[in-house]
Amino acid sequence: MFLINCPYCGERDQSEFSAGGEAHIERPKQPTELSDDQWAEYLFMRKNIKGVQFERWNHAHGCRKWFNMVRDTSNDKIHAVYKMGEKPPIK
Amino acid sequence: MTRNLRITNNKFIDQTSRISFKFDGKTLYGFKGDTLASALLANNIHLVGRSFKYHRPRGIMTCGSEEPNAILQVGNDPSMTEPNTRATEIELYEGLVASSQNCWPSVNFDMGAVNNFFSPIIPAAFYYKTFMWPTNFWKLYEYFIRKSAGLGKSPTEPDKDIYDHRYLHCDVLVVGGGISGIMAAKIAAKNNLNTVLIDDKNVLGGTTLFQQNECFKINNSYSNEWIKKEIETLNSLKNLTIKTRTSLAAYHNYNYLLARENLTDHLDLNEKKDKIRQRLWKIRAKKVIIATGAMERPLIFNNNDRPGIILSYSIKKYIDYYGVKCGQKISLFTNNDSAYETAISLSNSGVSVNSVVDIRDKTNSLIVNQVEKLGIKIHWKSTVVNTNGYKKINSIEIMKLSDDGTAVVGKKIKEECDCLGISGGWTPRVHLFTQAGGKLKFRDEDNVFLPDTTELDQISIGSCNGDFELDNVIKNSVNLTNKFLKINNNNYENLEIISSKEIEKKNIWLLPSNKHLGKTKSFLDFQNDSTANDVKLALREGFKSIEHVKRYTTTGMATDQGKLSNMHALGIIAETAGVKMGELGTTTFRPPYTPLTFGAIVGRNVGEFFDIIRKTPMHEWHIENKAEFENVGQWKRAWYYPIDNENMYEAVQRESKAARDSAGILDASTLGKIDIQGSDASEFLNRVYTNAWSKLEIGKCRYGLMLNEDGMVYDDGVTTRLSENHYLMTTTTGGAANVLSKLEDYLQTEWPELDVYLTSVTDHYGTISICGPNSKKILSKIIPDLILSDKDFPHMSFKNALIDNINCRVMRISFTGEHSYEINIQSSYAKSVWEKCFEAGKEFNITPYGTETMHLLRAEKGFIIAGQDTDGTMTPVDLHMDWIISKKKYDFIGKRSLYRSDTIREDRKQLVGLLTEDPNEILEEGAQVVAETNKQPVEMLGHVTSSYFSPNLNKSIALAVVKNGKKLKGQKMFVPMKNKIINVTVTDTVFLDKENKRLNA
Ligand SMILES: [Zn+2]
Repeated sequence: MFLINCPYCGERDQSEFSAGGEAHIERPKQPTELSDDQWAEYLFMRKNIKGVQFERWNHAHGCRKWFNMVRDTSNDKIHAVYKMGEKPPIK
Repeated sequence: MTRNLRITNNKFIDQTSRISFKFDGKTLYGFKGDTLASALLANNIHLVGRSFKYHRPRGIMTCGSEEPNAILQVGNDPSMTEPNTRATEIELYEGLVASSQNCWPSVNFDMGAVNNFFSPIIPAAFYYKTFMWPTNFWKLYEYFIRKSAGLGKSPTEPDKDIYDHRYLHCDVLVVGGGISGIMAAKIAAKNNLNTVLIDDKNVLGGTTLFQQNECFKINNSYSNEWIKKEIETLNSLKNLTIKTRTSLAAYHNYNYLLARENLTDHLDLNEKKDKIRQRLWKIRAKKVIIATGAMERPLIFNNNDRPGIILSYSIKKYIDYYGVKCGQKISLFTNNDSAYETAISLSNSGVSVNSVVDIRDKTNSLIVNQVEKLGIKIHWKSTVVNTNGYKKINSIEIMKLSDDGTAVVGKKIKEECDCLGISGGWTPRVHLFTQAGGKLKFRDEDNVFLPDTTELDQISIGSCNGDFELDNVIKNSVNLTNKFLKINNNNYENLEIISSKEIEKKNIWLLPSNKHLGKTKSFLDFQNDSTANDVKLALREGFKSIEHVKRYTTTGMATDQGKLSNMHALGIIAETAGVKMGELGTTTFRPPYTPLTFGAIVGRNVGEFFDIIRKTPMHEWHIENKAEFENVGQWKRAWYYPIDNENMYEAVQRESKAARDSAGILDASTLGKIDIQGSDASEFLNRVYTNAWSKLEIGKCRYGLMLNEDGMVYDDGVTTRLSENHYLMTTTTGGAANVLSKLEDYLQTEWPELDVYLTSVTDHYGTISICGPNSKKILSKIIPDLILSDKDFPHMSFKNALIDNINCRVMRISFTGEHSYEINIQSSYAKSVWEKCFEAGKEFNITPYGTETMHLLRAEKGFIIAGQDTDGTMTPVDLHMDWIISKKKYDFIGKRSLYRSDTIREDRKQLVGLLTEDPNEILEEGAQVVAETNKQPVEMLGHVTSSYFSPNLNKSIALAVVKNGKKLKGQKMFVPMKNKIINVTVTDTVFLDKENKRLNA
């Protein structure tokens, strides 16, 4: 069970959070101008990396804020957490 | 039988406090401080169970959590009885009742024991190979197998005990209260670290507690005396919390650990009452020090499973700690020095040791020399090739080993004994380390897996880290702890330690016999009854991976997870396959380390606390009016209100008719309500709903459909514009929480520029829905000031009003197709207003109706229920709801997906109405719809989603989703059921009042 450092509340137990999939997939500004393939890319295609991954998390049973996390899926190490809209502190 | 097996000179057992208990129906006596196992042994009872497969007699074999044989049923109360408990871990208490499990009819005469005589035909995977084919026969075999080989009985009534959960946060958690753990805890606590020390036994001290031997001394004291003083000093440490009888069950990532504390299991029956039985501690530790020690290995030789064959160090604990002699004429069989400690302990207590059989060449360590001085015979370079005695060992057969150790040579010596202590060396308890993701390394010298690398802030010290000799244990534990905690000052400098050094090491995983391997029974996994031969057979049959061999032979898969058997299984596999053990790897140890009770896992979350129950403000009224309730998510919703002896069908028919004939009243409080405010609220609604919102006038309501980004219908509901920048959105009951989360997600992550605030107000308002042709009259009685004309208060509009000076919001909206109103009022007033409505409606026969009638009424009108008529694969177009998709809006959630190649397919499954040929025939929801009856397999075109008998139309109606449904209108189709085929016609989805005349009636 992770210990997650919510950027707004500090360290909390994983049971307070819910995971929200891959981060930094921006909703297209003009979806109607996309081809089926381009839209499908946004809608369905997600990475499933063994290693360092950028993820969205929500402090669902806390401040209810969404934020981003850099996590290594091979050992569950959390390398960084940062607010929505911020650039990842790690490449 | 009444031979005295108790020695009187004992520090740990209070021999003045006699305790009576029952085993297999017989009353026996023990003392306070005994375990069930030590008390049984003191009564000369070794035979406690039958083995799983062959039903061979089995006896107590260890003194701890690794016990494979003494697995007993404790208690005979149908709600409290507990199977699979280890006698070696149960502290004796007054009134304890225990019985053997795996035997029928009794442990002394067991029907299944015939399996032992047929054992050549019960090889590895016998059950898989024989009983699994033909597949259908398994049902037949299973009954007999379960009866003759069950592992205990489950309680048949709810558990009366109380269990508890608590959280614990600390700087340092030390697991294991042996000598290493005690020193580590003291170092940590003395250095101002908030420290917790846990141990699964009732006292601290581990094996050092009873180590009174010239070969093991610290600062001129026996090590047991030294540790006693150390334990005393712990009590004065302010930063230290000690928890005994607490077993660490699981070690998860981020140093999150679960430990089970036994609070009453050791108490007398009458003292247990009303107390918390077990507490599960959820621990977050900054640092973890594992000091769980090591467990002794058995030796694998022919007939090594007879009652009376006990691990050598357990014999030592029984005599030194419990004061119990495991036998009067004990032989020992070893491959290492530790059995010699047992020989000395036995000798000191006046028990005669026949001999020590040692597979090694003669060695001259301190402790071996001491045993030789005592005049005990040692058979060097020898092995036990067989044991005799059915219910208890009575002799062993000894032979010399060949130089390479693969065969036996010379003459066989027979030695009589009533107990055989065996020692195959030591296995570090690395289970917790690996549970937490730690990687192991293999030390060839003494064949042990040791902690290697870990991602977590943890160390292993003492025997679990591979230090087996007293001086190494102390020196390395202290050094490692200091380094780990970054501490310089040393509490344990300049200790003078005497410790016997083991010089000679030798190991043979499977000891040779004078008999052919196939004719021997060398048990590896005592609990699951698998032998060395089974493992070899699996390898011959082509299994290579340790994980496969384990599952095929079931070695290591019993309730002890192979604590005693895994190393030998690995050794034999490595040897047979010709690979190095280190390369073979180990099987994975999974939590819990020892089995947990379900009670400890669920804690207080039982009964009404199992899940949250949400009740509407009118709940009590529904109960008073005999409502039956339906669970909708966590809500209890009134389902229907039977009168007299009505069944559900009759009640729903009556309620449905009344609502359309005169007036009905529904508690709609559970509908999700989201308060939306902000200068961009209209724009926000434009983006989340398919239809347009900017032009909705203040005081008007609009139905909205919400899609997922994939274009599929997600939720629906009516939203009201309360003021310029203020809306009240309603959602489905089940969708409320998810809709709010989804909207929050978009607001925070995609559209942070929007000035919008969302607040869940579901619980803040009660919602009363009054429908039917007389609803207007009823409302006018309650709120006389309100002008209810269609002009002033038309359908889909809203008014603020006062009921008894209480503000409320009245919406004229309808989910039934009837003229109807919804009153939203603060929850605390909702019940009284509901009662007021009911009173006012009496002259119109106002009828309370539940969710079932609501569903029926809306089905008559062809209104969908998101989640019942939709399943995440229906677009608005599939539902004939094209009218609600704005063509003008540039974008909304899901818009782009509505013209993907798949969503524009014309033959998608679409919502249709179905009428049965026989109007009295009601379809089953979920039933399949097909176009042909004489074809197999037949294509399933769709299924029934909603189905009712409509009392207002006097016929059966149904909604269904059917492939290409829109084009099938008027066509005959079939609904095949188990015993018949029902003829149906595809129709429009609106069955009643297609012109919506009733809305303004
Ligand atoms: Zn937070």
